[in-house]
Amino acid sequence: MNPLATLQKKPTPPRIDTTSHAPQRDKRESRPGLLADKGSPAVRPPAAAHLSDEQVAELCKELDTIKSDILKKRGTEDAKYIRRVIRLQRYLEVLGRGALILDGKNKAVWVAATAALASAKIIENMEIGHNVLHGQWDWMRDPDIHSTTWQWDFATPARSWQHTHNDLHHRWTNVLGKDKDVGFNLLRMDPAQEWKPVNLLNPVFNMVLAPFFEWGIAIYDLEIDLYLDGTKPKEVFMDDLKAFAKSGVSQIAKDFVVTPGLALATGAHKEAFLGTATANLIRNLWAHSVIFCGHFPDGTETFTDEMVDGEARGDWYIRQMLGSSNISGSKFLHFMTGNLSHQVEHHLFPDLPSSRYGEIAPKVKEICERYGLPYNTGPLYKQVGSAWGKVFRLALP
Amino acid sequence: MKRLRPLAQAASIAIHPLGVEELFGLFDPVFSRRQLRGVVTEVVRETPQSATIYFRPGYGWRTHKAGQWARIGVEINGVRHWRSYSISSAPGQHPSVTVTDIGEVSSTLVHNTRVGDVLFLAPAQGEFTLPEEARPLLMMTAGSGITPVMSMIRTLIPHQKTADVVLIHSARTEEDSLFVDELRALSAKFPGLRLVENFTAESGRFDMSTPAQLDAVCPDWRTRAAYVCGPEGFVSDAEALWTRSGTGAAGLTIERFHTDLNAGEPGAGGLVTFELSDKEVEADGESTLLEIGEDAGILMPSGCRMGICHSCLTPLRAGQVRDLRTGEVHGEPGELIQTCVSAAAGSVNLGL
Repeated sequence: MNPLATLQKKPTPPRIDTTSHAPQRDKRESRPGLLADKGSPAVRPPAAAHLSDEQVAELCKELDTIKSDILKKRGTEDAKYIRRVIRLQRYLEVLGRGALILDGKNKAVWVAATAALASAKIIENMEIGHNVLHGQWDWMRDPDIHSTTWQWDFATPARSWQHTHNDLHHRWTNVLGKDKDVGFNLLRMDPAQEWKPVNLLNPVFNMVLAPFFEWGIAIYDLEIDLYLDGTKPKEVFMDDLKAFAKSGVSQIAKDFVVTPGLALATGAHKEAFLGTATANLIRNLWAHSVIFCGHFPDGTETFTDEMVDGEARGDWYIRQMLGSSNISGSKFLHFMTGNLSHQVEHHLFPDLPSSRYGEIAPKVKEICERYGLPYNTGPLYKQVGSAWGKVFRLALP
Repeated sequence: MKRLRPLAQAASIAIHPLGVEELFGLFDPVFSRRQLRGVVTEVVRETPQSATIYFRPGYGWRTHKAGQWARIGVEINGVRHWRSYSISSAPGQHPSVTVTDIGEVSSTLVHNTRVGDVLFLAPAQGEFTLPEEARPLLMMTAGSGITPVMSMIRTLIPHQKTADVVLIHSARTEEDSLFVDELRALSAKFPGLRLVENFTAESGRFDMSTPAQLDAVCPDWRTRAAYVCGPEGFVSDAEALWTRSGTGAAGLTIERFHTDLNAGEPGAGGLVTFELSDKEVEADGESTLLEIGEDAGILMPSGCRMGICHSCLTPLRAGQVRDLRTGEVHGEPGELIQTCVSAAAGSVNLGL
C-alpha cells in the first residue's frame, strides 16, 4: 500500500467547470499560471491607469520576489506553527464542550466553556480550515493537514467551497458577472450591479445572513442559479446536494442533539444547548464580519470583462490589490481572522502559509505606495461599518 | 470495552469533523485517522554512519515477517519524505530499522532521530522472507544488505535448535560492519549459525566470477536455500553464479537495494503515462501536464489553471516534474502535483 494513498483522489470524474468563463484553449492563454509577463488588458482599471506596461512588469517582478523569498524560508518552523494551532483548537473544542456537558449549570463555567467553544470554531474555520483548504500547507505532504483531506467545522462541504472559493472567486476576484462572491447572489454590493426592487431588502437579507452565515455560504456553494439555468449539470448538482445534506446533518447533530444529549446525564442539557447555539452564533457573526471586510469596504474596486481580457500576471496582481481590503490591528486580531485581515496579501498569494502574511504586508504596502496604488486598510469597526454602509446605500437605486 | 463503544460513537459525532483518534492524539501521537505512525523508543548507534531506531507503532501496524521492509516517512525542513528500510528486529519486539547514512533521508534518521520523535509508517511488505519449512540456509549479504537477514537470524537462531545457517557477510572494514558483535556472539553461542566475515578493504570483494571461493567457504552451497541481499552489482553477480553453475536461480531468494534517483531533466520532457486511462503521450518540457492530458482526451481535474486553487492535484506515481513557475524539479512517488503548472521532467507516471 502506498503510504500516501489516503492523499490520492479516487478516479471519479473530475468536477466539471460550471462557469461559462473557462479560459481560452489558446496555447498561450491556457497557461495563466504562467500568465504572460508582458502585455496589458484591453482597459486598465482606473486606479492603475497611470501605470505603463513596463511599470506593471516591474511591479510583477517585485511581487514574485516577495513570494519566492517566503518559499525559500518556509520550513520546520511553519510546520510547527500549524500543528500548534491545530492542537490549541482541539484543546479548546474538547474543554469547551466537555465543560458544558459536565458543569454547564455553573454560570462562570458556562461563560468560559462557551467562549472556548466559540474560539475553537473560529480558529478552526479561519486560521486552520480556510487556509488548509487553500492548499497553504500542502507542501508538508502531511495527509492530516492537506487540502484534499481536510474536513472543516462548517456547514458547507469542503469540496464545494473549494470550487466556488479557491477557483471561481480567487481566479476572477471582483470581476462583475464572474465572481459571484460580489453579493453572493443575494445582496447588491456594487453600484454597477443592476438595481432591482428586491434590493430594497438588502439590509434585511444581510441581517438574516450574518447569524446564519455558515448556512448562507452552504446554500450559495450549491450554485442553484447555475443549475437552474442549465450551466451546472444535474449530476454535479445532486452530488453537491448530497454532500451538503451530510455535512449539514452532522453540524446540527453534534451541536444541537448529541452535546445536549450527553449533558442529560448531568442535567445541564438546556445550558449545553444554549452554549453550543451561542458559540455558533458568535462564530457566524464574526466570520460574516471578517468576510465582509475582505472586499466590500469603500475603496475596494470591481472590474469589468475588458479589464481582465488579455491580463498579464502583473495586471492580475494589481486586480487582487485593488479588489481587496485589509483590517488593521493586533496580532491577536490577525490570528482570530485567520489572517484574512491581510486580505490583500492573501489574494496576491493565496497558497502561502497565512502565518507569513503579516511579515510581507509592509513590503506589499510599500510597493503599493511607490506605484501610486491604493492599499485599503483600516480598523475593524471602520471596515465593518463601511461594508454595512454599502449594504444600506445600494439598497436604493 | 463494549459498553464504551456507544459513548465513543456519541463523542465522535459530538466533535465532528474530528474523530476520537484526534482526541487521543492530543495525548499520544501514534493516534491518527489517516496515517500510521510510530514513536521512537530507542536509538542505538551501530557504526559511525549507521543507527538502529526502535519504534512503538500505532494501531493498524501488523507484525512484520522477518526479512520484510517498510516505508518510513520522515520530515525534513517541514516536508515529509519517504524511503523504504528493512526491518532489522525479530517479529514480536518493538520493530526497528537499521539505517546507514547514504542520503538526505537516511542522514536525518541516523543523526537527528531522538527518542519521542514521531515516524510515519506504511505496513511492512516484501517477499524476502524465510521458507515455510526448515532447511539448511545460505545467506550472503553486503553492506546494509545484512539488515533484513539480521531480522531472520534473530528470529531463527535463538529459537530453532535445528537451524543450520551459513552467513557470508561482506563489509568494507570491521568498523563499518553492522551488527558485528552480536553476530559473533550468536555464532559463538549457537552452533546453528556459521559466520563468514569478508572485509573488502583487506581481502577484496567476495569473488563470484567462479564458484571457487564459495566452494571453499561453504562446500554444500548448491543444496542450501540461498538468500542474497545487497547492492545491485553484488546481487546480479550472485544471480549469474547460480545460473551458470546449473543450480538455477530457483533456489535463490534475492532482495536488491537500489537508490532510486531518477532525477528528471529540466526542460527535457518525456513520456507521460496516464495509468488509469491507459494512455501514453510524448510530452515536451514546456507544456503543462494538464494540457498534455486534455489534448490526449483525458478528463483531467482542473480549476483555476494558474496554480492557485489546487483543484488539479494528481498523484505522481513515478518520475519527476518541473514547476513552470519556479523552475524547480521535484517529485516522489505518491506526491500530489498541480498539473496546471507542472511539466514533465523526464518520464512521468500519473494516477489518472
